[in-house]
Amino acid sequence: MWESKPGLRGFLSSVDHKEIGIRYLVTAFGFLIVGGVEALIMRVQLARPNQALLTPEQYDQLFSMHGITMIFLYALPVLSGFSNYLFPLVLGARDMAFPRLNAYSYWIYLASGIFMYASLVMGLAPNDGWFSYVPYALKAYNPGPNLDFYALGMVFYGISTTVGSVNFVVTFLRMRAPGMSINRVPILTWGTLTASVGNLFAVPSVSLAFLMMWTDRQFGTHFFTQDSGGQPLLWQHLFWMFAHPWVYVVVLPAMGLVSDALPFFCRRPLVGYTVVVLATVTTMVLGFGVWLHHMFATGLPFIALSFFSAASFVITIPSAVAVFAWIATIWTGRPVITTAFLFFAGFIAMFVVGGVSGVMTAAVPVDRQLTDTYFVVAHIHYVLIGINLFAVMGALYVWLPKMTGRLLSERLGRWNFWTVLIGFNLGFFPMHILGLMGMPRRVYTYEADLGWGTLNLVTSAGSFLLAIGILLLLVNIAMSLSNGVPAGDNPWDAPTLEWATPSPPPPYNFPVVPMVASRHPLWEERLGETEAGHSELLRGPLLADGKEALATSGLDAQPEAILKMPEDSYAPFVVTLAMSVGFTGLLLHEWWVAGAGGLGVLAGALVWLWPEASLGQKAEREA
Amino acid sequence: MSDTVHLQAPLPTGSVGKLANGWFGMIALVATEGALFAYLLFSYFYFDVQYGRSWLPDPLPAFRLSGPNTAILVVSSLTMVWAERAARRGANGRAALGIALSFVLGLVFVGIQLMEWKDKTFNYASSSYGSLYFLITGFHMAHVVAGLLVLAALLAWTLLGYFDARRHAPVSIGALYWHFVDVVWLCVFFSLYVTPHLR
Amino acid sequence: MPLRPRTRWTMDRIALAAPAVVLPRHALAAGLADAPMNYVVTHGLQGRAVTPLLWGLGAISVAVVVIISLLVVVGTLRRRAPRMHLPSDGQMPVERPEGGLSWIAIGVGVSTVVLLGMMGWTATTMARIARPPTQPALTIDIRAQQWWWAVRYESGDPTRILDTANEIHIPVGKPVEFKLESRDVIHSFWVPALGGKTDVIPGQTNMAWLQAERPGVYRGQCAEYCGQQHGHMGLVIVAEPPDQFEAWMANQLASAKTADNGPVRAGQDDFVQRCGICHAVRGTLAHGVLGPDLTHLMSRGSIAAATLPNRVAYLSGWIANPQTIKPGARMPTLDISGPELARIRGFLETLK
Ligand code: HEA
Ligand code: HEA
Ligand code: CUA
Ligand SMILES: [Cu+2]
Repeated sequence: MWESKPGLRGFLSSVDHKEIGIRYLVTAFGFLIVGGVEALIMRVQLARPNQALLTPEQYDQLFSMHGITMIFLYALPVLSGFSNYLFPLVLGARDMAFPRLNAYSYWIYLASGIFMYASLVMGLAPNDGWFSYVPYALKAYNPGPNLDFYALGMVFYGISTTVGSVNFVVTFLRMRAPGMSINRVPILTWGTLTASVGNLFAVPSVSLAFLMMWTDRQFGTHFFTQDSGGQPLLWQHLFWMFAHPWVYVVVLPAMGLVSDALPFFCRRPLVGYTVVVLATVTTMVLGFGVWLHHMFATGLPFIALSFFSAASFVITIPSAVAVFAWIATIWTGRPVITTAFLFFAGFIAMFVVGGVSGVMTAAVPVDRQLTDTYFVVAHIHYVLIGINLFAVMGALYVWLPKMTGRLLSERLGRWNFWTVLIGFNLGFFPMHILGLMGMPRRVYTYEADLGWGTLNLVTSAGSFLLAIGILLLLVNIAMSLSNGVPAGDNPWDAPTLEWATPSPPPPYNFPVVPMVASRHPLWEERLGETEAGHSELLRGPLLADGKEALATSGLDAQPEAILKMPEDSYAPFVVTLAMSVGFTGLLLHEWWVAGAGGLGVLAGALVWLWPEASLGQKAEREA
Repeated sequence: MSDTVHLQAPLPTGSVGKLANGWFGMIALVATEGALFAYLLFSYFYFDVQYGRSWLPDPLPAFRLSGPNTAILVVSSLTMVWAERAARRGANGRAALGIALSFVLGLVFVGIQLMEWKDKTFNYASSSYGSLYFLITGFHMAHVVAGLLVLAALLAWTLLGYFDARRHAPVSIGALYWHFVDVVWLCVFFSLYVTPHLR
Repeated sequence: MPLRPRTRWTMDRIALAAPAVVLPRHALAAGLADAPMNYVVTHGLQGRAVTPLLWGLGAISVAVVVIISLLVVVGTLRRRAPRMHLPSDGQMPVERPEGGLSWIAIGVGVSTVVLLGMMGWTATTMARIARPPTQPALTIDIRAQQWWWAVRYESGDPTRILDTANEIHIPVGKPVEFKLESRDVIHSFWVPALGGKTDVIPGQTNMAWLQAERPGVYRGQCAEYCGQQHGHMGLVIVAEPPDQFEAWMANQLASAKTADNGPVRAGQDDFVQRCGICHAVRGTLAHGVLGPDLTHLMSRGSIAAATLPNRVAYLSGWIANPQTIKPGARMPTLDISGPELARIRGFLETLK
């Protein structure tokens, strides 16, 4: 009853979090490759001065789509993939709180990605960068449909992020195994919880901004136009109020993955669990108070600049907590140097490189020089690749065996790691220097006499090396899938609940609901963490009366109710289809198509939400 | 935090009242929607600070329609409280009546708001104030309409006898949403209608 | 079954050393010297405060990176498990040694102190460059547009108001104030050798000030993405001793010397007819405002917003076909015949 149907029907209707998690991962990697290839094309164009491989318009579309793809279609979804897959497993649950909503958030992500990419196929992709400053993004200067794709696509995409976040929050609060009180959950769930709450508060800002941009473009409203009282800077405020929190959203779960997995290989629990959790939450909270550091050159008053500059310095302190916690874990542990460990160690170093360049741009007078140069491009890639991609690659080496049941090759892993590390630094470190040499970002070419030729060539070469490194990862995965070494339940002798089930786990995850008495259920005997009793993995509530799961209380995870979980359903897919129709109608100004889509959504939602006796949502009539 | 697990059988089964995941989901939804309105009002005050009095329309937004309308929405919230109480006691008849009252009051609100819109001397394309006025009230209107759809569904389900004293989570969840729509209106009302008169 | 690596340690070691070799250390030294847009060497007054801060923060950053990287590498190699041995069947020891927390306390404590220092230094620097030290000698209006800069020297005396484009002359050693306005989208005014960026935003007037400490030709560039030719929206500041500056000013204020007949006159007529809608040349009937003022075109070092050197061949190429040089530029490719082009060029060459 927990299994999905075979074939296409099962594919379209499955609500299994593991299936959905893997889909997220695969799709996000697909977008990583597409965005990466876009970057490589840009790198060829920039390798030498005055090249004409691309027209300016093509270059502009490429860097815009590259940013959009990497930030929105890769960086968060890849983490959602891990979180989706791992949440119920590490929490000892059978599924997410809202399985159908989970499927829905995936379908919307896919549909909005396709929606935005339809523009590139037609050569009409967004061409104003990922932050699309107005008024260049308005109709007067950008008459084509390019930015309508982006604006509507982002509103669409925002729905996916929002429902996904709701799901993570409620799962975290409600679905933990009995006894897994809030101070016993793995850090990655804290990272995802924090990021999800952040999303709930940040995403409306960008959806609103894009909606305003779209109505300015299509209906002549005056939010951002400088005539009739609009304010170009309002766009920047709304965008960065969202986008700065977002950059932490795309790293906190990744940092959580490392905080959990690094200890597997250091053979000791993470140093400073509580402070790391606090640092995670603090980062997010402070992250809402620094958005102005993207606007230091816009002519804001001195007092505002000083405040946001100071806040940007302060926000590094929680990051420092995490960094020193990892270092302490390595120093006081006995590191087992696996590929995953190497990626995590590299992650720490790259994080610091990206972090300190962020601190340099936090200093207003210095940023007035650094901003909009390749120095910022370097910062972006060190943080995003360093904290996101490195963590993700390490995490794949750790958890892919859980998902597929097969280990990745360690030997190929070494090659993978070192190629990536060297290629990455070769490709992106010189960008700092290019920035100091005054190379502005978003230029499609440059003159030879500016002296940027050599380093650009180095950078391009490094980018290709990095691409090869990533290719090695894909090769490794392919080889592992075809004839990898079987992983067994717990190849790393790791302490958390996901390692207590077979690899890959059965559809219902745990035959009996585990009962948890410590932070490290599988290590607690060896660590002597048994003052609160022993975790029970084999003797617990069976809950075999239909598709059932246990709901527990928010703080100390005492059982509160037995939940009836929904069966597979086509509703999420159908509602997504209707929404896609609706958004396409809006794009084409075919209002009746949009209306039809809207009606479809309503009808689908009604069916979806109709109370079901089997879920205990309505009273069962006496027969 | 308590250390041992108390597995006191029998646990309630299914989506029961405020133990339903849907209840928590609705709280999260309300949080994000609340943030949306916070950003809308941020935009409003951003303009207000940039331009001062000259930005506001002449005459300032009046209370003639908006005042009574606010009262109507507050009352509809009270009837919903009453309906939800009834649902919790399993009194389906009274619950249905309360929901129906709220629904009708909501409809009246929409009607009056449409009149208010028609009365305006500006439209969404005439100035940034007009754009923002119609965006904010439009967003709220959209939420009212969504709320009405929810109320309609709840009314139908109640009349179909789907709920009893234990199984009424959808009613509680829908009521929460309706209260949210009401509270947001108070914020909108205060910002758009009251603050201009305060200086 | 146990998972045993066949990887040898040497490989990790060699690879670890690689970045140190690859790090383009000498590229830094060599590259900066002939990179005219660099701002690590300053020629402006603002730089006196900002450049040390840039170097200082940079040095701290490098130090932090080196320390943390060393901690990671040494920590890893110091107590690593004797062989990479992971049990799929058995178990490895785990332990919980004490003392980890003091790492966090010390690390975060030291970082906080350093950060506070950086913050203080930043704040004082900000205050130092907020206003020019003395009353600005000159106010220059900059009107940015896709993709060039219109420049107007303000003056109380209407006969001394001067319009020019893309090349700005300023006197050395005196603060100059810039009033920045945009005619279309957002741009950013930036001359790295003299100071940082200030955005140019439609509907608002931003102020900036610069002071050159040494005579020179300083290259600038639009720094906020503004469309297709954002990359070719350059400008130049020429800082000169005051007397030279005055001489330049006097020359610029004069109208163009026009001819009454002959080939130059023919070129002038062609120019007025073909180019006068967009360009102005004072003293002729060309009064256009959509393109740069060309009254003293030949006194400038470059054309097309610092994209091409101002030499005859480039000038002809630009007039004949701006769209291949700056695709998307607002200057259309006109259908100009060879002889016509030669006449127009002949006229332009007289605009000294
Ligand atoms: C993953 C995403 C991510 C992360 C984590 C960060 C982290 C930080 N960022 Fe970054 N940032 C981006 C993504 C990110 N950023 C992006 C995408 C942009 C560009 C957007 C665009 O324009 O396209 C940007 C731009 C950006 C700017 C604007 C630059 C400009 O346009 O001019 C600034 C300015 O203050 C900034 C600051 C910071 C700071 C202070 C941190 C801090 O959180 C870093 C803290 C971490 C450390 C400092 C390292 C660990 C600390 C120690 C080891 C302690 C010791 C350290 C010291 C004593 C210094 N960032
Ligand atoms: C997660 C985020 C992320 C990631 C991973 C990357 C990855 C890369 N980025 Fe990107 N980048 C951004 C986020 C990211 N970027 C953002 C937000 C911007 C700002 C956009 C804006 O200004 O609006 C930006 C801007 C940006 C610029 C500046 C453009 C400009 O301002 O003009 C450049 C230029 O070099 C660049 C390069 C690269 C390269 C070479 C990679 C490489 O790492 C890519 C390597 C990966 C692959 C290549 C894919 C995998 C490879 C294979 C499967 C092998 C098969 C293929 C071949 C060998 C052909 N990026
Ligand atoms: Cu003007 Cu970029
Ligand atoms: Cu930021």
